[in-house]
Amino acid sequence: MTVLDFINHLLRRQKPSGTMARQRLQLVLAHDRSDLNPELLDQMRREILEVVQRYVEIDIESCDVSLETEDRVTALLANLPIKRTREFPLPSGSSAFGGGPSARIAVASAETNVIGGPSPSPATAPAETGESPAASQP
Amino acid sequence: MTTASARIILICSGKGGVGKTTLTANLGIALARLGKTVAVLDADFGLRNLDLLLGLENRIIYTAQEVLAETCRLDQALVKHKQQPNLALLPAGNPRMLEWLTPEDMQTIAGLLAERSDYVLIDAPAGIEQGFKNAAAASKEAIVITTPEVSAVRDADRVIGLLATMDVRPVQLVLNRVRPKMMANQEMLAVDDVTDILALPLLGLVQEDERVIVSTNRGEPLTLEANPSPAGQAYLNIARRLCGDEIPLIDPSKKRHGLRARLINKLRKTTGLF
Ligand SMILES: Nc1ncnc2c1ncn2[C@@H]1O[C@H](COP(=O)(O)OP(=O)(O)O)[C@@H](O)[C@H]1O
Ligand SMILES: [Mg+2]
Repeated sequence: MTVLDFINHLLRRQKPSGTMARQRLQLVLAHDRSDLNPELLDQMRREILEVVQRYVEIDIESCDVSLETEDRVTALLANLPIKRTREFPLPSGSSAFGGGPSARIAVASAETNVIGGPSPSPATAPAETGESPAASQP
Repeated sequence: MTTASARIILICSGKGGVGKTTLTANLGIALARLGKTVAVLDADFGLRNLDLLLGLENRIIYTAQEVLAETCRLDQALVKHKQQPNLALLPAGNPRMLEWLTPEDMQTIAGLLAERSDYVLIDAPAGIEQGFKNAAAASKEAIVITTPEVSAVRDADRVIGLLATMDVRPVQLVLNRVRPKMMANQEMLAVDDVTDILALPLLGLVQEDERVIVSTNRGEPLTLEANPSPAGQAYLNIARRLCGDEIPLIDPSKKRHGLRARLINKLRKTTGLF
């Protein structure tokens, strides 16, 4: 929070419009640059949650999967609060709902318009892809 | 009068009305004043007006169209500026040129201009359609101009993405219509916001300046003046930076002279809180 934000907060004033402009731009550009339509993004979000839920119980209500962009690199960030780890992974195709730690997964990063591919992972979080090894444990 | 080393620079923005043509005219004159030979090419065939801003509209006989059709020589079509004869304009042809013009045609024209100039400035049309792509195909480097507004920055981002795929580089940024007070009060995107978001080096800042309108009315670019107004000085600085001079940039977002900012400074001093 900048000093000005703080003062505005005290005076219960709105954020300065320049700050709002920056935040809105960052969001819209993350989508523009990834070139993913909202429908595909939503489908991907659901599939990611489905895969993660086979391994851990997550708090569906507070899950957040969104695009962010910095330095012309766009990243898909998933913030999935974990309630409990499953003792045995569920078979694929099933999903379940089920409290505890929170996991932050940077799923993919991409340069400008191309998503996926062998691109450097962002330094912000350890990169883990959505594809996990098949459930091979007993 | 160099040949192979001519710099062919695209002036583009994505959004219309952000100041491409004004920049092209002023930068052209400024470079000419620095002793460079300059050719400016109006590639906005649909909505041409580089001729007007340069005050050359009454002296056009031939255009890029006749040059391409080889019904006239290049030097017959080029319109030299009276006060700055180092600068010549190649006017845009008929808007119907858009229907048949190819990227190769634009490369041919730019190549001809490059043979006789140090700098070739191409005034691109707005948008990211074929007209823009033709102009980009003929260019080696680019200046993207934008204003500190969400729509203009978003459109600039699209253009920057396209330029990257077309191998046009370097790409530099000019921020136009800057209102220092609004920036200091954070009621406008800050300079750093725009350069960070677009990830481009900043070539210049041009203030909002009424003199721009006056100079447009007269057809006399601001950079012709001996003592130019703030915007005119900014265009001159851009020209010198292009030539490699290092001229410091003053960031109005970091200058706090607005009422609110002054109040905060006062609070800070009296309370010692932050
Ligand atoms: N720095 C400035 N201050 C004030 N007005 C400006 C400035 N830059 C451009 N303008 C005005 O904005 C309008 C659009 O400029 P123009 O150069 O024609 O844009 P474009 O070629 O990108 O469409 C013109 O009326 C011009 O006078
Ligand atoms: Mg124009």
